[in-house]
Amino acid sequence: MVDFACLQVGDTLPPLVMPPISRHALALYCGASGDHNPIHVDLDFARAAGMPDVFAHGMLSMAYIARMLTHWTAQENLRSLGVRFVAITQVGESITCTGKVVDSVQQDGETRLRVVVTAINQNGETRLTGEAVVATPH
Amino acid sequence: MIDKRHIGHTLPNFTVEVETGRLRFFAKATGQTDPVYCDEDKARAAGHPSLPVPPTFLFCLEMESPNPTAMRELLNIDIGRVLHAEQHFSYQAMAHAGDRLRFEPRIADIYDKKNGALEFVVRETRVTNQHGQQVADLRTLTVIRNT
Repeated sequence: MVDFACLQVGDTLPPLVMPPISRHALALYCGASGDHNPIHVDLDFARAAGMPDVFAHGMLSMAYIARMLTHWTAQENLRSLGVRFVAITQVGESITCTGKVVDSVQQDGETRLRVVVTAINQNGETRLTGEAVVATPH
Repeated sequence: MIDKRHIGHTLPNFTVEVETGRLRFFAKATGQTDPVYCDEDKARAAGHPSLPVPPTFLFCLEMESPNPTAMRELLNIDIGRVLHAEQHFSYQAMAHAGDRLRFEPRIADIYDKKNGALEFVVRETRVTNQHGQQVADLRTLTVIRNT
């Protein structure tokens, strides 16, 4: 957990580095998330829909970003999290989540940090980009 | 083209009970290594009454609607052409296993780009708990590929 007293704008969060996304991981996420869209797990369905293969749920990578954030600070401090799904994550890609504190603002009687978050693949290509707002306990 | 008269349409409200087993399964599926999210003793030691609902799991609970395809049916959207474009959560309170969460979704906007080749639907969902306390607001942007 981060010590907010020592934190400065420009600081980066410890990144979360994930192993390659397997078809098995997509099957597990399908069941656990309740997102039963067959395009993520059924190759026949994906091809019929004009996709070359099944592909990862964007929300799986967003869950990884949330893991990075709640590893960094307790979830109770998280005020918002928003992402844009920039490009499809294919099977076999390895996602790394990053975060950087870009601003500190006073809002609703507390100090809040704006954190730019990304999920990139093994080639450095952006898959998700977004922003989290985190309240500091002081 | 999706009929824009559906802008502002309120989808059926529903209530979902947060299940411990599903939270453990979600922790496994997302590679979670923090025991607070899968071990109830560790969760209590960290000050939680039970396993906490992780930040993005509220989106999953919204899919526990009695009719998760209500919006697609109303707007006549083909699931094979749907992509998730953006997702946003604002948090007002933590939620935990055992909570009964009420979801109130509505269609906030419908618009298109590239002469209708891409259509966008914005759904906004308010989440409250069994005490009437606000838990979160979700904003989901869906894109439909018409080419």
